[in-house]
Amino acid sequence: MTDRDALKYTAEHEWVLIEGDVATFGITDYAAEKLGDVVFVELPAIDGTVTAGQVCGEIESTKSVGELYAPVSGRVIEVNGDVDSDPALVNADAFAAWLVRVELDGEAIEGLLDRAAYDELTGGAA
Amino acid sequence: MTDPTSTPRTTALHARHDALGASFTDFGGWLMPVRYSSDLAEHRAVREAAGLFDISHMAEFDVVGADAGAYLDAALAGRLSALAIGKAKYSLLLAPSGGVIDDLIVYRLADERFLVIANAGNRAPVAAALAERVGEFAASVADVSDDYALLAVQGPRAVEVLAALDELTDVAPPVADLKYYAWSRARAFDADVLVLRTGYTGEDGFELLAPVGIAARLWDALLVAGEPVGLVPAGLAARDTLRLEAGMPLYGHELTLDTLPAQAGLGRVPVLDKPDFVGKAALEAADLTDRPVLVGLVAEGRRAGRAGYEVRTPDGDAVGEITSGALSPTLGHPIALAYVSPAHAAPGTALAIDVRGTLIPATVTTPPFYRRNA
Repeated sequence: MTDRDALKYTAEHEWVLIEGDVATFGITDYAAEKLGDVVFVELPAIDGTVTAGQVCGEIESTKSVGELYAPVSGRVIEVNGDVDSDPALVNADAFAAWLVRVELDGEAIEGLLDRAAYDELTGGAA
Repeated sequence: MTDPTSTPRTTALHARHDALGASFTDFGGWLMPVRYSSDLAEHRAVREAAGLFDISHMAEFDVVGADAGAYLDAALAGRLSALAIGKAKYSLLLAPSGGVIDDLIVYRLADERFLVIANAGNRAPVAAALAERVGEFAASVADVSDDYALLAVQGPRAVEVLAALDELTDVAPPVADLKYYAWSRARAFDADVLVLRTGYTGEDGFELLAPVGIAARLWDALLVAGEPVGLVPAGLAARDTLRLEAGMPLYGHELTLDTLPAQAGLGRVPVLDKPDFVGKAALEAADLTDRPVLVGLVAEGRRAGRAGYEVRTPDGDAVGEITSGALSPTLGHPIALAYVSPAHAAPGTALAIDVRGTLIPATVTTPPFYRRNA
């Protein structure tokens, strides 16, 4: 099980795990539940840069399209190929199905929520 | 369509859905289950076994009187007076402009009695149009929507589900003799029930019209009876992808007040050699030459075109718009219904879907995308 207290969150329903100068992020179970069955993910290119608060990918379910916002800024060093080939992993365990790993650009990280704040945002449903 | 000021209504089965862990969505003014667990699993269950849907939000009208058949001939686009007792027919309620107020199914219950089932979101305009069109006819129309629950059992094993439903008795004619687009009377929990062999999934199946007072008991009994054959509760998300694969129109998407039936491929629903009906003159006068027509689009990959996305030529010229689209759970590739200009509507025409700035190649096809084995 993922230690959800160790994660940070965005108001757009991403989770992010920051370890040193590397950050790994995905979407929360709340977002996965709202989307329904995920059938396609469009992830950023390796070596491309993502900017905190900017759209860096898309998550499509049978019913709708969700945008993936980068919680932090940095260079993309890895994307989760398992999720690319089997998007249902996001529904199975959204916190295990990480999407993007970035090398942080060293700028201050701002605007992320802790678990309590995120749970409050989502009505404690997550 | 929906009164935006009102809070969504709930059906008699809301507590059941809640207990099953459903997510809800506002649909046509009703808070309805969108999925219970996985919409893909629910979709698959209906294609391979059976699904149980609460569609109690649908609107029902009871049409009674010596002129009931003649009245419906004048009020609707089809020739309902010719419908045999025991049978059902898909029809359209047209505006004087020829546009579609709603699509609906008419069941002939008796010589002088019909049941009309309309879309939830169109209940008020349908009720108003039906009432207004009674005129001098010896017929009366009652909105009985609040009296009934409607449960749909859909899928190749739906017959087995009903056969295992011991609580459903006195089915006449028996289910084994009941053809598609026909109905039977039955009893359940000391109440009269109608067993309608109709649906909105592209599979065989039934819709059970029952008094709201027995809705929860009937729902529970169906889940128990269907469990051995793989029946699962299914929500509106699955219902939408199922009907889309079957090429069935959804009001507000493929059908609107601005849609003439022929544009939607429903040109044979209005019977133009009837004496008169609302919308007839407009249909006869209509010039369809340049009006967009409904087509199917199929594409490769996994990125689906969605309602509102533009349809273009491969060179990028806009020629139409998608009204419904999804990655087909059964077929594994994107499918869509779209209105395109007639010059680009021939099956096999190469077009493209503008998926948020990226042109995805697509080919025009004739719906349905999926057809069950007869």
